[in-house]
Amino acid sequence: MKLRILKALLRKEVSLMRRNPLIPKMIIGMPLMVMLVLPLVAVLDIKNVNVAVVDNDRSVLSRQIIADIGASEVLKVSAMCNTHTESISIVEEGNADVILTIPPDYSRNIISGIVPVDVEANGVNASKAMLGARYVSESIGLTLRQWLKGQGINTVEYDMSVINIYNPTLNYRNYMIPALMVVLLIIICGFVPALNLVNEKETGTIEAMNVTPVSRMCFVLSKLIPFWIVGIFVVTVGMLIGWVVYGLFPVGNILAIYLATVLFSLVMSGLGVTIANSSSTMLQSIFVMFAFIMIFQLMSGLFTPIRSMPEWAQAITLAIPPRYFIEIMRSLYLKGTPIAELWEQYSALTIFAISFSLIAAVTYRKQS
Amino acid sequence: MKDNEKVISVKNLTKKFGSFTAVDHISFDVGKGEIFGFLGANGAGKTTAMRMLCGLSLPSSGEGRVAGYDIIRQPEEIKRHIGYMSQKFSLYENLRVNENIRLFSIIYGMSDSSMKEASEKLYKDLRMEDMSKTLVKDLPVGWKQKLAFAVATIHRPEIVFLDEPTGGVDPLTRRRFWELIYKASSEGMTIFVTTHYLDEAEYCNRVSIMVDGRISALDSPEALKERFQVSSMDDVFRIVAKDALRVD
Repeated sequence: MKLRILKALLRKEVSLMRRNPLIPKMIIGMPLMVMLVLPLVAVLDIKNVNVAVVDNDRSVLSRQIIADIGASEVLKVSAMCNTHTESISIVEEGNADVILTIPPDYSRNIISGIVPVDVEANGVNASKAMLGARYVSESIGLTLRQWLKGQGINTVEYDMSVINIYNPTLNYRNYMIPALMVVLLIIICGFVPALNLVNEKETGTIEAMNVTPVSRMCFVLSKLIPFWIVGIFVVTVGMLIGWVVYGLFPVGNILAIYLATVLFSLVMSGLGVTIANSSSTMLQSIFVMFAFIMIFQLMSGLFTPIRSMPEWAQAITLAIPPRYFIEIMRSLYLKGTPIAELWEQYSALTIFAISFSLIAAVTYRKQS
Repeated sequence: MKDNEKVISVKNLTKKFGSFTAVDHISFDVGKGEIFGFLGANGAGKTTAMRMLCGLSLPSSGEGRVAGYDIIRQPEEIKRHIGYMSQKFSLYENLRVNENIRLFSIIYGMSDSSMKEASEKLYKDLRMEDMSKTLVKDLPVGWKQKLAFAVATIHRPEIVFLDEPTGGVDPLTRRRFWELIYKASSEGMTIFVTTHYLDEAEYCNRVSIMVDGRISALDSPEALKERFQVSSMDDVFRIVAKDALRVD
């Protein structure tokens, strides 16, 4: 009997959603727009570091160092300066990010012992400065080792090579594509149920429901379940675009991705309904939802790795549901981690999904 | 009135919102099969009182029974036995007529066969046979109100609560609406109706007039007119409500 009521309510939700002038367009249009455009523009890879060189040595070695920097994929020699002051003004004009100063008689002194070169970076763009300085010193290190070898000095002990596994090209895009699907789910499965329920309040149809004997759990479930389907649809569109447009296909199990998607849709729609329960207007619910979405995006490891956050912030992220979903998505997409190794993340999501749905049902009041 | 004839029985029912007392210690009984008019100016507390009877609003104090169930402890039981038509039209505008009927019938636990029977009767009574597939939002206002009434009574409730059911429609449509009310009443339903239209008060078996959250008068229209020595309910209302403080 209860099941029959739930089925009737679900049918009503689907009909209303289909006939809504905006929601179907949003569910189809948003994933397309986000997946087609954002991976191209949200680029964090540091690729064009401009280097201003002050060469006080002017030897074969110093010329080799400069040539090697110029030959690098990520570095570009943008200016050759005679004085340090001159190079500083070039940085201030915005034409260089890193200054490399080679001291006088560098090639002569280096044979007898280690002599430092100066690498200065414009710290205004912190990540570019950090990576740029690292790229420059790596390039110099390589040149030096080869040159010293040529001089008969063995430097094999300094040799190291770095290989990035799982995302071999260190492509930020591959890192972002699974995360963008999480963003889509946060927005669509969070906002739409909230707006849907507040809309029923504003039009007064909720009153017609509240005066019937329909159970709270039944009514709230009818608001949550449609978003399993919406979530699966959004992720499918995202995976298809990722595959066709960017050539990135999940290495891991797709069913495991769908399972996490359903759990996370439940978390977000539960949150949306809870917020709607305590809002009386659309504006109110949108405002509160925005606050949550902002925290979710900044604290879930979406853009900034959780491990580089201060410890107290890392502790807070344990209570942020998208954190677990992002970990699952990235692991499944890039590493192909077996589901059994992600049991902690799946259990966390399950707990969140159950508790958010319950909170949504409990905070829904048929009587004021 | 004997206890077993009462379908609504209320004692000292009160609702406060902060320091504002919307409904102030009202007591009354409604008998089975009655058409009970609930009159009052805007803001007198009619809707608030009705919402408490329907289990939509929890009373601040006082007690009451509706259809044999306690309004504080058994609101969900009450909801099985009543129908309610709110002031604001509240069917789903983006569902078709038949989809709305189906949804509410199933929620009230009607079987497929009784649902089919009830909806056929509804289409015939309202002369809406060819409108079952129309989206509710495309219906004219008068039709919407008739449909809302029919949906509120689809499960043959013992009592139906109507909150200003005829607001904003022309006299002819109002007249037709009251024919529906009489029909439901003749089938044994108790009608509890709030209204602004004092000519409608004449159609009721008994009326109560609320002023500033209290019931100031309660009797049959004839007895009230006699008591105040006037010829219409309009004049009765003027006399009873003249000292009202809560006016727009």
